Amino acid sequence: MSGTARLSRVTVYSLLFVLLLASRPFTVLADDHLAAIKSSGVLAWGGDAEGGGPYSYPDPEHPEKIIGFEVELADALATRLGLKAKMVQNQWDQLIPALDRGSFDIILNGLERTPENQQHIAMSVPYFVYAQQIVTRKDTAGLDTVEKLKGKTVGALSGSASLKLLENTVGIDVKNYPGNVETLRDLKAGRIEAVVLDLPMAQFYAAPEPDLKFAGDSFAPGYYAVGVRKEDANLLASVNQALIEFTRDGTYERIYRKYNVWDGRQASLKDFKADAVVQKKAISTLREWPKYLPLLLKGATTTIKISVLAMALAVVAGLVLVLVRMYAIAPLRWLAQAYVEIIRGTPLLIQLFLIYYGLPEIGIKLNAFFAGILGLGLNYAANESENYRAGIQAIPRGQTEAAQALGMSQWQCLRHIILPQALKLVIPPVTNDFIAMFKDSSIVSVITMVELTKVYGMLAMSTYDYIGLGLMTAGIYFALSYPASLFANYLERKWSYDRR
Amino acid sequence: MIVVEKLIKSYNSNRVLHGVDHAQERGQAVVLIGPSGCGKSTFLRCLSQLEIADSGRITIDDVSIEGGRAPRNSIERERQRQLRMRAGMVFQQFNLFPHLTVLQNITEAPMVVKGVSREEAEEHAKMLLGKVGLAQKAESYPAQLSGGQQQRVAIARALAMQPQVMLFDEPTSALDPELRDEVLKVMRDLAEEGMTMIVVTHEMQFARDMADQVLFFEGGLVAESGPPEQIFGDAQNERTREFVSRSVRK
Repeated sequence: MSGTARLSRVTVYSLLFVLLLASRPFTVLADDHLAAIKSSGVLAWGGDAEGGGPYSYPDPEHPEKIIGFEVELADALATRLGLKAKMVQNQWDQLIPALDRGSFDIILNGLERTPENQQHIAMSVPYFVYAQQIVTRKDTAGLDTVEKLKGKTVGALSGSASLKLLENTVGIDVKNYPGNVETLRDLKAGRIEAVVLDLPMAQFYAAPEPDLKFAGDSFAPGYYAVGVRKEDANLLASVNQALIEFTRDGTYERIYRKYNVWDGRQASLKDFKADAVVQKKAISTLREWPKYLPLLLKGATTTIKISVLAMALAVVAGLVLVLVRMYAIAPLRWLAQAYVEIIRGTPLLIQLFLIYYGLPEIGIKLNAFFAGILGLGLNYAANESENYRAGIQAIPRGQTEAAQALGMSQWQCLRHIILPQALKLVIPPVTNDFIAMFKDSSIVSVITMVELTKVYGMLAMSTYDYIGLGLMTAGIYFALSYPASLFANYLERKWSYDRR
Repeated sequence: MIVVEKLIKSYNSNRVLHGVDHAQERGQAVVLIGPSGCGKSTFLRCLSQLEIADSGRITIDDVSIEGGRAPRNSIERERQRQLRMRAGMVFQQFNLFPHLTVLQNITEAPMVVKGVSREEAEEHAKMLLGKVGLAQKAESYPAQLSGGQQQRVAIARALAMQPQVMLFDEPTSALDPELRDEVLKVMRDLAEEGMTMIVVTHEMQFARDMADQVLFFEGGLVAESGPPEQIFGDAQNERTREFVSRSVRK
């Protein structure tokens, strides 16, 4: 009974803590930031330089310097406002929440002027007219309209208008990527049939690729605009005024021509008339849980599949590793030791990228599901082998001597005497790792797997209800890991032989 | 049946055995006595191949092994295993397998090493448990037994491999005095049945009663050997007399 009481108190505290973290920052935002920005003299703009060409990207000649048409536009805009521009690096699909948090003053990074985006932030007049472009491999024929993409696997950038457009077309198997470079890489590797992306990115990344081609004309034009917080009305007005002046004084044409993104569509910028945006009322995903929980649970099944299979691989591969490391002949022993050290000493993310995006270059093409299991499993195998090693070393020397004196070979002693005792000792650390695996498995979202955390991210991006979805998601993770630790306790009790 | 010739063993630069010779007939019980650190345990551990002698030769029954190096190939490993199977070892700390029941402790090696069927191994194990007076403890785990009971199980476990000789390495030293007799009684029974035994012990009464031959070890050598009457009554060696009188006084 006391256990239950303690649990519920812990649960309440942790929920309060989550709420505290998820709630709005405590720094009180002034009604308008323009005065504060003017006095600081710096206009901080948010953008993502990773795979960000031609918008904002590291200069290939001087990689420490970020260049791009938006970098120059930000400079021009800041100068017009009497300020200096300063870029703040932020993952592209998280720009809006970061603006909300106050990480920077404006977003200037290919953010589409869509009603969805304008639900949460205010957007300026447009500064660029983009359009969608389908890109395929050179030898693919006929995929030149969205209609023809039905039944195909198509990649797009997470949180982009391209992704939205694909998701709104029934019958397309849409794959969601963290960056454009990865979409095109998977297209070349043959994992997907086409990529839909904004024309400037297509021109920058896809056009130079000899194996890829533009399929059909660009379509579905839309506007990029500057994002500001809704309360910053004066800042918005100043930005609008500066951008309107740019249409007249040739600033756009000068900058865009330099980056080869000027086209006929840009001339229409000066004729822009804003439509009224209908404000939808805020969504509470908790209140509408029957709509959102099933989507999260579907993500959770992927999380379970990947975690369980990866852990099974880790438990078995870890055992092989530790046996080789402790008992094999010298060169093999060194190899196993090197494997453990290298895997533990490098980030899982990079290992996963190597397996998913690197191996196809030497002809080994795994789908995202298997690449994820392999990446997580081989990574955790190194940890498990160390757990086993600690367990084996904890068995007293007398056990081995007794087995040897009875005539058992090294393998018989290991198999019948040492391992059964060591495996029992390692149940707690291995369970810890299994629980950590549930959470670490979210990393496979970078290789297009849609698991629980990814579903959470996608839903949060479209509803902005980070708290409600966060609570539901955390609850599901807890519901997964808590039974795992109960099961471990049960095993420990069941296999205990020293206290009866 | 047991012949040990010029056995030398060092740990790093510390020489523990200085060329021990020993010969023993089948059915004889030999007791090793001597001050601690004199090499008695190392001698037993060399016989059971838990330590590899630097040089010298060990012969038990029909198997003979030269010291010098650990076995390197399958033929040498098999010969080592054959020697080990001929010598049953009983440790000071019992070293029972804690994850196995008493019965499984005894049946494991015959089944794994000799390929004996489970029925046969269990039948034999139950007979041995009866012999050491623990028939009712077959399904217990070692942690549930007293030290004396554990050591008796350890003896049964070694006997299950049907060794030619039983080696006892201070089998009662880790036991409270009131638990020693039950173990010593089992050992007496074995000796009376004619089991060949080598016992390292501080139990002088046991040595006096049961030994056919007593070896007094000192400084890595057999300083004196003879029947118990000689060692305990009329030792030739000054050091033997000192040691015996000190031990008996205790």
